[in-house]
Amino acid sequence: MNLSNYLVLSAVLFTIGTSVVLLRRNAIIVFMGIELMLNASNLAFVTFARMHGDLTGQVVAFFVMVVAAAEVVIGLAIIVAIYRTRRSASVDDANLLKS
Amino acid sequence: MTSALASVPAAAAAGSAIPATGVFEYAWLLIALPLAGAAVLLLAGRRSDAWGHWLGVLASGGAFVVGALLTVVMMGAPLEERVQDVHLFDWITAGAFDLAAGLRVDPLSLSFVLLVTFVGTLVHIYSVSYMEHDAHRRRFFAYLNLFIAAMLLLVLADSYVLLFVGWEGVGLASYLLIGFWNHEKPNAVAAKKAFVVNRVGDVGMLVAIMLLFAAFGATDFETVFSLADGANEALLTAAGLMLLLAACGKSAQFPLQSWLGDAMAGPTPVSALIHAATMVTAGVYLVVRSAPVYAGAPTALLVVAIVGAFTLLFGAVIGCAKDDIKKTLAASTMSQIGYMMLAAGLGPIGYAFAIFHLITHGFFKAGMFLGAGSVMHGMHNEVDMRRFGGLRRYMKITWITFAAGWLAILGIPPFSGFWSKDLIIESAFATASGEGWQPWVFGTVALLGAGITAFYMSRLFFMTFHGTQRWPGHRVSQTETVDEPVQDPHESPALMMWPMIILAVGSVALGGVLAFGNAFERWLDPVLGYTEHPDPVLPIPVIIGATLLLVLLGAFLAWRQYAAAPVAVVAPRGSVLTRAARRDLYQDEVNETLLMRPGQYLTRSLVFGDRQVVDGTFTGLARLVGGSGELVRKVQNGYVRSYASTMVAGVVVLTAVVLAFRI
Repeated sequence: MNLSNYLVLSAVLFTIGTSVVLLRRNAIIVFMGIELMLNASNLAFVTFARMHGDLTGQVVAFFVMVVAAAEVVIGLAIIVAIYRTRRSASVDDANLLKS
Repeated sequence: MTSALASVPAAAAAGSAIPATGVFEYAWLLIALPLAGAAVLLLAGRRSDAWGHWLGVLASGGAFVVGALLTVVMMGAPLEERVQDVHLFDWITAGAFDLAAGLRVDPLSLSFVLLVTFVGTLVHIYSVSYMEHDAHRRRFFAYLNLFIAAMLLLVLADSYVLLFVGWEGVGLASYLLIGFWNHEKPNAVAAKKAFVVNRVGDVGMLVAIMLLFAAFGATDFETVFSLADGANEALLTAAGLMLLLAACGKSAQFPLQSWLGDAMAGPTPVSALIHAATMVTAGVYLVVRSAPVYAGAPTALLVVAIVGAFTLLFGAVIGCAKDDIKKTLAASTMSQIGYMMLAAGLGPIGYAFAIFHLITHGFFKAGMFLGAGSVMHGMHNEVDMRRFGGLRRYMKITWITFAAGWLAILGIPPFSGFWSKDLIIESAFATASGEGWQPWVFGTVALLGAGITAFYMSRLFFMTFHGTQRWPGHRVSQTETVDEPVQDPHESPALMMWPMIILAVGSVALGGVLAFGNAFERWLDPVLGYTEHPDPVLPIPVIIGATLLLVLLGAFLAWRQYAAAPVAVVAPRGSVLTRAARRDLYQDEVNETLLMRPGQYLTRSLVFGDRQVVDGTFTGLARLVGGSGELVRKVQNGYVRSYASTMVAGVVVLTAVVLAFRI
């Protein structure tokens, strides 16, 4: 089976994730989009590792998973905190940092 | 500087100083006493309200005692030890320039010290009573003390730089005292005018100091005077003219005389002390003190004489038309200082007479100003002479003391003005060479001035003390009724009377005493050097006779017009000359048109240019930056997805670039 199919799948997943981040307003969904992008890149890493016969890409995929786990913890905590104060999980409502 | 002098024995003839010894080492007390008085009065504030005025009198009186003591010792000293230099402290040391602050105690400065402290103390005593009902009497005395200290510093300084400190000090005191009642706007404006006009003169002073410093590398009198002998004539002429400009500002000489009339806005004792007896004569002092500079600059000296002669007539003409008693006296002061300037401009033959007239004038003019103050005191601060008349019956002592001053300024023998003024007129008719147009012109001007002086001073005297009573409440004419409050002329208290009486005694006798055996001239010899007086172009008895004749004529005309005939309460329109003289011969208008307006236009156009060009550049730049910031700010809209899309776009562009160029 051709390994490049995995790369195509990875690109498709990444694009879907990006689109979700850019287009959706619900913070939870946006978060899911980010997860999708991370996992798409993980897939690309693993595929390249296989293609080149080098384990480095697989190791990096593990790192990404760890970082993603930490990121989920912090990100969800922030979303919950914002929801508690503003009664909304829309990213457009958290726009206080604009000038 | 005295050590430098020791190596130049040639300069030891006249005007070279020896280090002070004995009692002269304490000459600094002269300045320290009134300065301490001013400091205490200003710092102690209201706490000293109760006794502050007496402290002021004490400080001034103390300075007089010290001055008198020094004079007595000086009189006993041998001639060559009469010019002494008191080293105070090293003041400015910068490279080759080494200036010590020191006092020059000599007959010239001591004459001024005695005049300033004596008249000053009398004016202090007078003010205790005159300012009794003023809430700020203590501040007034603080300023008076400050003035005495600054004036003494001016006349005692041994260098032009230190003299300039005193020069500015008296200017400051004058400003503060003219505007003493500054809650009324005209007074504040008058003070500002005096200050500004004096600044014009000060520019001359500064330029003169710089010229002398550039040429001689020093500003102390010793060095400058010893080097001035044989220096470049053009340089000395320039320095002399600049010194004259300074003198014109301070002494209210043409063309910087316009401030003196307005300066009468100050309390009358101030006018008596500062604007009659002492400060305004500082210019004459400056010229006489700078005699060695003028010795090498005959042109500058001639200009001094011309300025003096012109102002002499200028002031006299103004004096004839003014109805304000104080402004008439101010015009008279201007004119009399013109006499002094004329005498100083005659060179060595006139220096001593200039100072002599200055001293006698200090007495009789201060006396008359105090008399005017006494009249105002008794007449509810009325200054319009057309509202006076017949006051001699109500204010006997003021009348008699004023009469002494009046006869003195007229130059009636043996009153003191006769001795000093007559000497000036005689000198004006003479020059060292005895040739040319100068003796005739200057002599005639001085002679004419004496006649006009007699007219306007008699006019003042008769309008105030003689003739019909014209103050409100009394019958002015058969038909006119006056609804103003009734004036109640009365004699002033003893504290005001005694200074006037003492000054009147001086007006009567001082001239004769000082002129006896040319005592005053010989007294000044150690400073000015001995001078032979050339014979005038006319015989002296003829000059004296002509002067007296003109004086009597002037006085008679004034008597006929203002004592024998009724005086209109409202000033008649008068001739063209009268109307011009009433407005100071349009000097204010000339100044405003020629100097003030163009100056204002200049500043306005400069401000315009500053706003439009200079500020415009930078505000434009700032606006550009601000505007672009405003534009860029719109990108920061607070929406996460817009930031995210920017990032995605950036990544896409980066990737595209990397792929395109295969980096």
